Amino acid sequence: MTELPNPAPKPTWREWLMTDAPASRRQARAAAWYAGWCAFRGNTLAMAGLIVLIVLILAAVFAPWLATHDPFAQDLAMRLKAPGEEGFLLGSDSLGRDIYSRLLFGARISLYIVALVALVAPLLGLIIGTIAGYMGGWVDIVLMRFTDIFLAFPRLILALAFVAALGAGIENAVLAISLTAWPPYARIARAETLTIRNSDYIHAIRLQGAGAVRIITRHVWPLCISSLVIRVTLDMAGIILTAAGLGFLGLGAQPPSPEWGAMVSEGRKYILDYWWVATIPGLAIFAISLAFNLLGDGLRDVLDPKESKS
Amino acid sequence: MNMANDNGAIDIRNLRVWFGEGAARNVAVKGMNLAVGAGESFGLVGESGSGKSTVLRAIAGLVESWDGSITVGGESLRQKGRSKAFYKTVQMVFQDPYASLHPRHTVDRVLGETLQLHGFSDIDARITRLLDSVGLGGGFRFRYPHQLSGGQRQRVAIARALAPEPRILLLDEPTSALDVSVQAEILNLLSDLRSEMGLTYLMVSHDLGVVGHMCGQVAVMQQGEIVEELGVAEMRKLQANHPYTKHLLESSLGAIR
Amino acid sequence: MSDTLLDVENLWVRFPTRNGIFDAVRGISFSLGRERLGIVGESGSGKSMTGRAVLKLIRKPGFVEADKMQMGETDLLTASERDMRAIRGRHAAMIMQDPKFSLNPVMTVEQQMVEALTTHERVSRREARSRALEMLDAVAIREPERVLRLYPHEVSGGMGQRIMIAMMLIPDPEILIADEPTSALDVSVQLQVLEIMDKLVKDRGMGLIFISHDLNLVANFCDRVAVMYAGRIVEVCEAGKLQEAQHPYTRGLLNAVPDLEHPRDRLEVLERDPAWREAPSVSAR
Repeated sequence: MTELPNPAPKPTWREWLMTDAPASRRQARAAAWYAGWCAFRGNTLAMAGLIVLIVLILAAVFAPWLATHDPFAQDLAMRLKAPGEEGFLLGSDSLGRDIYSRLLFGARISLYIVALVALVAPLLGLIIGTIAGYMGGWVDIVLMRFTDIFLAFPRLILALAFVAALGAGIENAVLAISLTAWPPYARIARAETLTIRNSDYIHAIRLQGAGAVRIITRHVWPLCISSLVIRVTLDMAGIILTAAGLGFLGLGAQPPSPEWGAMVSEGRKYILDYWWVATIPGLAIFAISLAFNLLGDGLRDVLDPKESKS
Repeated sequence: MNMANDNGAIDIRNLRVWFGEGAARNVAVKGMNLAVGAGESFGLVGESGSGKSTVLRAIAGLVESWDGSITVGGESLRQKGRSKAFYKTVQMVFQDPYASLHPRHTVDRVLGETLQLHGFSDIDARITRLLDSVGLGGGFRFRYPHQLSGGQRQRVAIARALAPEPRILLLDEPTSALDVSVQAEILNLLSDLRSEMGLTYLMVSHDLGVVGHMCGQVAVMQQGEIVEELGVAEMRKLQANHPYTKHLLESSLGAIR
Repeated sequence: MSDTLLDVENLWVRFPTRNGIFDAVRGISFSLGRERLGIVGESGSGKSMTGRAVLKLIRKPGFVEADKMQMGETDLLTASERDMRAIRGRHAAMIMQDPKFSLNPVMTVEQQMVEALTTHERVSRREARSRALEMLDAVAIREPERVLRLYPHEVSGGMGQRIMIAMMLIPDPEILIADEPTSALDVSVQLQVLEIMDKLVKDRGMGLIFISHDLNLVANFCDRVAVMYAGRIVEVCEAGKLQEAQHPYTRGLLNAVPDLEHPRDRLEVLERDPAWREAPSVSAR
């Protein structure tokens, strides 16, 4: 596929990437990425997850062109139409809005929430966890008790308290979810750091006079990030559901915004007679959660440094 | 031998090292004295749990719970923290080359970062020179540890230790994880480097053959104490006084023959 | 030899990888009578794989191919996983390098030894216990009663390995495969463990496959030595005549060891000849 019409002595892209003896920094990095990609590509399920996610992202980006209706346009005469009826591809909801179009625009909100939480929470956890793990002593005790306090609260209740304090809205919901989601990441990062801290390569760089900040950011982080990425992808489903829960309680995305969780809770009232109103956004949440899960499993195989040691 | 003031490289007096506190306190080194002259190659022999590696870690600052005094190149060391000058004088090579290189860093990055930390500016030229001096060509420069064999990794670790141009190398069983034929290569390399650069070695090993080959003076440790110190000539003639040394010599020869 | 315990012909161990199939063992033949066969080589020479292949312990996706693999009456090639479980332990036992990883950390020595016995034979707990005591005594463990109550982390490396040997020998196997049984131990303990193992193997008339990287050690404790390089056997010789070995690889290994009594300025470095890889395997049958 990547064969280029090169003259004989010049290696093909694939050979260049597969080499065991890279000739430059750039090639070494590219080869490492390529090897990871090859390993990932071999995992069919993970690839399926990735494809679902790419499709979702494309759908969110091109929503205005893909949508058949205005997602906010109400038409009470057309309420609760079954999928396929009257040009409603996936049916209409209680206010006669097209579920398919709302789903497409809702993907933007849901992915936005997921992306923001996925950036903020693990980063917070990574910083706190690695500092606690690397410094040890009283720094560790203070930071980990602090983490325990956050862990002790039920997640949704804590998020509710934050939203109540910060005010309703998507950004605040994201912030609230992030603030409740970081403790598990801190625990993972700390556990990883504890094993990394006593390894000889950390001792070796300490013997070169490297300071704690350099060791944590350049030597510990790269090894923690992989397990965090895996954990985050596995947690995505929970994050989406928490966002949906907040939406349901009126503290997340505000109506009429087509956030998926809010759509499910709206359809809840009609679930017995008009199944599609709640089921279809529910299926969308299910699909994205499953996609993230599969992706996470695949990433674990590629990223886990313990596995990649040959 | 009182050369500690003029040309002594390492001088250890009354060193005690312990792990844990209170009831769980476990004393690993129980008051040892050791003097290594500059340019010497000194061997520290003992079985697992004898505290031999702990001594190296205390010198390097990787263990902080010790008392007594350690003087390196005239500089008296504190429990915690070492000066920049110390790291330029003393470097260490670890036992397991599979654990002593960061799995995500290329050889280039390992050496480059070390050189940068020591404030060198001509990093590119130095990396090339370091790789040459440990017998690895430029072709190895951008490889990751998993693309190297055990012996090649240990060469990289030695190159890293040589980067700040130290005068003293602490060698913690540098070949025990390697095959004998690779061990021979690494030991030859270490001998060559010592004669070229006039390095001082303090080498820890359980293998009397290796120590006998590399070192001029040998101290035998048992349960945290030095039971005997002898020259390598005496060791070769099996002229040991302490029963434990005799036992060690006999069993290692038994294993060889 | 009518008393052949194990006969292997043209054994291959292969692992499919991203870049094609990797052959860890490349067509070796050997047989084992009531003797001590040493297999020596460096890491990656395929010596451990050979030991594992005999008990079909090669992990997936690796696989074993051979023209013949006969253990006593049993054809190992056609034996099912169920048959293999019965064979492992009763007919052939294996001792690994580090007792720390072979003993179950949450069971006492007694529980493990009794379990090892009861899986292969129908015996009462009382009898199993007394047999365990007997075996511990045979591997020169003082106060076996006390040791039975210990957990693996409470015993030293040397004692752990002796316990392993005792455990493996309880069902009275005919073949013992020892994969670097002493390389995790201190030199002074090594000899003791080896002597115990040696004595037991001799007294019971077992066949021993001793896998090690240490040529001199193998020469001391074996009758025959097969030297492996890159998945093939490059030389077979009687252990007593190892010092007269001909193959440059064997000579190189012998000369690379620093010898206390014969100091040299420089150690001899092994020059690997690519032709060694391709030379046909020497049969050790």
